[in-house]
Amino acid sequence: MFPTPVQKASPWISWAYQILLPILLVIWLLPLIGVALTSIRPSGDLAAGNYFGMPSGFAGVENYTSVFRDSPIGWYILNSFKITVPTVIGAVGLSCLCGFALAVYRFRGSLFLFFVFVAGNFIPFQILMVPVRDLTLKMGLYDTVTGLVLFHVAFQTGFCTLFMRNFIKGLPFALIEAARVEGVSEWKIFRHIVLPLMRPAIAALSVLIFTFVWNDYFWATVLVQGQAAMPVTAGLNSLNGQWVAAWHLVSAGSIVAAMPPVLMFFFMQRHFIAGLTLGATKG
Amino acid sequence: MVVRKATPAGMWSKNQRHWAPVLFLAPGALMFLVYVIAPVAQSVWISFHDWDGLGAMTWIGLGNYVELLGDDAFYTSLENNLIWLILYLLAVPAGLAAALFLNQTVAGIRIYKSLFFFPFVISQVVVGLIFTWFYAPNFGLFSALIHSLTGTEVAILADERFVTYGIIAAGLWPQIAYCMILYLTGLNNINPEQVEAGRMDSAKGWSLFWHIVLPQLRPATFIAVVVTVIGALRSFDLVSVMTAGGPYGSSRVLSYYMYEEALSEYGFRMGYGAAIAVVLFVIMMVFITFFLVRMIRQERNA
Repeated sequence: MFPTPVQKASPWISWAYQILLPILLVIWLLPLIGVALTSIRPSGDLAAGNYFGMPSGFAGVENYTSVFRDSPIGWYILNSFKITVPTVIGAVGLSCLCGFALAVYRFRGSLFLFFVFVAGNFIPFQILMVPVRDLTLKMGLYDTVTGLVLFHVAFQTGFCTLFMRNFIKGLPFALIEAARVEGVSEWKIFRHIVLPLMRPAIAALSVLIFTFVWNDYFWATVLVQGQAAMPVTAGLNSLNGQWVAAWHLVSAGSIVAAMPPVLMFFFMQRHFIAGLTLGATKG
Repeated sequence: MVVRKATPAGMWSKNQRHWAPVLFLAPGALMFLVYVIAPVAQSVWISFHDWDGLGAMTWIGLGNYVELLGDDAFYTSLENNLIWLILYLLAVPAGLAAALFLNQTVAGIRIYKSLFFFPFVISQVVVGLIFTWFYAPNFGLFSALIHSLTGTEVAILADERFVTYGIIAAGLWPQIAYCMILYLTGLNNINPEQVEAGRMDSAKGWSLFWHIVLPQLRPATFIAVVVTVIGALRSFDLVSVMTAGGPYGSSRVLSYYMYEEALSEYGFRMGYGAAIAVVLFVIMMVFITFFLVRMIRQERNA
């Protein structure tokens, strides 16, 4: 193990380490802790210039209620779910199929196709912006949830296919061979042999794509204009413009917007990290 | 059982290995073609035109690119992109340092690791808002700190000299967390025998790290550099949320400037915007190619 475990070092170092750890964590998360504290501050604190001291009282209930009551943030959150959940299902579903095709069959151009998916992943959004917006307008899907979902599904399919293909490559190919000898159809091989083995990959990707799409801001500003289909990232930014200097509300809104991916991360941590670190270990 | 071949079903089962990949790929590839591949080509095409997004397109050849060459805002954006790229890469060593620090087995370390990773999970819009507040003149924690150290007030986000650095610092926060998690996974996978062997040979501290650990972390380093470079060139959210490119356009980056030209209240210059996007794309392509070449080499070896 590297570095040397602190337990093996002198007790002084071990103690110092265990004291340093929480201190550094607090410093690292200081901006976040500040926001969390602000979100429960009575508005009077801010007027009195008490920005960083202890809150003079607990106004969490009041602030959060007011955020939900006086702003459409609840609606924005709902939109975010309406955009994110179908995208996750669509992108993961399509990429299971694509990944299977690219991992199991040998055909001309398969590697080329794979690299197109990989490369597509890294291109700057801006080069897609004008044509995708135009296409969405022409389909009558501008300013709708569907318009955003379709784009997200297509774009995320690139990354998901890369992931799925590599995952399936790691499965024992002999299983598929054996099934073919038995005369099992290709679809049934996919459906009954490969798909059940892909569960960990599906879980990892779902968590990751959920976070990516939930946190998207660029496409929400390009493909959506009004409140009807606006997700919480873009919504929060426009609310920030309205709540001028009402930092207790901005903070509460930020916490609300950040909550779903944060919860997702905490409950599905193992899958999340497995998805994120793909490729960081081998190759 | 022997003469079943002539039926249509027999034809299918005979040829299915030929057609199956096509059918499996069709839906995903079609979506990707329509929404990702084709738009790249369309953008290049649009960049040769003058277009407001509604009326007819007028062919102006390289007109947009010629205009770019004389556009100060373009150079400011390009320069800022370069600053982003260089400073953003600090996330890689910083993430490595954090990972080395956290790669211990004391009680509760798992929770520490996830809490350190926290900033990455949060939307950049929220990160932007948090840092705007952090930098806010008069009452922001950072401003208060600067004030107590130097005795002067600095409004980071309103000062042309500091604004880009302020935004990059906000961007580094989640990016360091990302690199850290990549390295933690990498450290988890290094070969303990080699490390022990190194220790036997009385390699210690720095030389053990440099000669034995770091080479084994190469895959993690590679991915960390790739995602950081791409993150730096994609920086849009933070600029948009924190400053909207201001003050006086001094914190613009290419991705934001493109958006501004093509879609914001400054007008709908789709052709000019597309030209900026093409430049950004070409810069990115250098890195994508680098990445792909490495992947192809790996595939060959596999």
